[in-house]
Amino acid sequence: MAQAVRAGRRGRAGMPQVVSRGGLLSFLVVLGLWALATGPLDLVGPARFPSPADFWQSGVQIVTRGYAGGTLLTQVWHSLRLVLFGFVVASATGVGLGLLMGLSPRAEKLINPTFLLLRPIPPLAWIPLAILWFGLGDAAKIFVIWYAAFVPSVINTLTGVRGVDRTILSAAEVHGASRSQLVRDVVIPAALPMIFTGLRLSLQACWTTLVAAELVGAFFGIGRVLMTASQDVNPGMILFAMVCVAILGAGTTWLLGTLERRAMPWRQA
Amino acid sequence: MTTLSNAANATAPKAARRMRRRLPGIGESLVLSLAGFAILFGGWWLLARSGLVPEQVLPGPDAVLAEILHLMRTPFAGSTLQMHLLSSIGRYLMGLALAVAVGLPLGLLMGWSRRVERAISPVFEALRFIAPIAWLPFATLWFGTGIGGPILIIFSGAFPPCVINAYYGAKLIPTPILEASRTLGASSLRMLTDVLAPGALPSIIAGVRIAAGIGWQSLVGAELIVVSSGVGYLMMQGQTNLSTAVVMAGMAAIGVTGFAIDVLLRLIESRIQKGALA
Repeated sequence: MAQAVRAGRRGRAGMPQVVSRGGLLSFLVVLGLWALATGPLDLVGPARFPSPADFWQSGVQIVTRGYAGGTLLTQVWHSLRLVLFGFVVASATGVGLGLLMGLSPRAEKLINPTFLLLRPIPPLAWIPLAILWFGLGDAAKIFVIWYAAFVPSVINTLTGVRGVDRTILSAAEVHGASRSQLVRDVVIPAALPMIFTGLRLSLQACWTTLVAAELVGAFFGIGRVLMTASQDVNPGMILFAMVCVAILGAGTTWLLGTLERRAMPWRQA
Repeated sequence: MTTLSNAANATAPKAARRMRRRLPGIGESLVLSLAGFAILFGGWWLLARSGLVPEQVLPGPDAVLAEILHLMRTPFAGSTLQMHLLSSIGRYLMGLALAVAVGLPLGLLMGWSRRVERAISPVFEALRFIAPIAWLPFATLWFGTGIGGPILIIFSGAFPPCVINAYYGAKLIPTPILEASRTLGASSLRMLTDVLAPGALPSIIAGVRIAAGIGWQSLVGAELIVVSSGVGYLMMQGQTNLSTAVVMAGMAAIGVTGFAIDVLLRLIESRIQKGALA
């Protein structure tokens, strides 16, 4: 897992900047190809993939008149609220449990094997159970989002705490740091980069899980829009909802990145 | 099933060695681990037994085990548990193979040539933010309930880690090696197969392992919605029939298979890394 996480992080940190002249160019090329393929060349039928015009109309429709039971704003807000709530609760509990296991070997031995047993069950596999237990409402969504975000935050917090340099710990102890000072001023700051890596993975998992849960069954939300559009065979709306999901994911990730830089001003590169 | 037990056997000594190295008090840790399991399963069993929650909502671990054995003998939702699992695994392998076959060469090319990188990475980065499961409506639209839909979803989950890790693996290859092979007359294809791929191998393997994990998760999501066989379908049928035991049996099957896949790939990874060092 640690390796996976490291690889993932490297992936994000070093990927070339999206906004560059070359980037803009390839975006324009893709847009042009899209317009050509769905329009004049007629390579893809309108029932298979929307043209830019369909996409635009769907956007206008959902923003002004609403779709699948609400306007874009209500649907997006519904999903965003669930993700934020589930994510915050999961990070608090997950980082807490990770710290507990990292700090107390006894707690780790008690909890970790059980945790490792549950871990291979992907969050999406909890969706049917969540629906059986909590129905199609918000409670089921919050439950699966919580689970999705909980697991990576625990694992990465634990890895972060385990990876704290022993020398630093000894140095702090020699200088008379109390146990609470040790945790607050040494262990947590040192584990913070790993903790944030875990949170970033958690956030992605939250969105994937929410969309899946809303696709399986929901009354509101962006996943509900996707599902309704799919049932109505409305490719323009499908694409618009997908773009919304992507923007929401990117936006919340960016927000978390800002938070990360605030939380760790010493890591400014 | 044989691969599963083989994998479990092979990791057991490794895990034990790791534990012995890290924990001197093996007795204590064993007792505590068992206590952890006992709390989970005992608490679950007691809660199911106490009658506080109806059997329909929370069957005990014994009931779930009995359901698993039952599902392995009598067909539910079309076939037995192992046949459902087999059809899931078949789909999964196809999607994963496709992601590996397209993702690795693309990632290597992006790492090697700046021009390819500049052309592809912006589009790739934008697409990456779309959750794999969000492709589901298009998957249904394009492929109906056929095999293509789930494969598209598994592909979209497993593709990005393949590309990213191949990209970074290729970036780590020293430029002189690339230039030397080019000067000595290697064709583009040979560059890909004989220089870039071996050089990037450790990173590639790690990427495939991540991809395998995400792919398996995406498969579950796809099966909940679009297909008419497989473990995810079994679980959805269990849910519609309000049979929690069937749902939990499906979760167990998914968890065990996912775990086995991860163990297997870890084994391959350590084998290859050992080979690369020697």
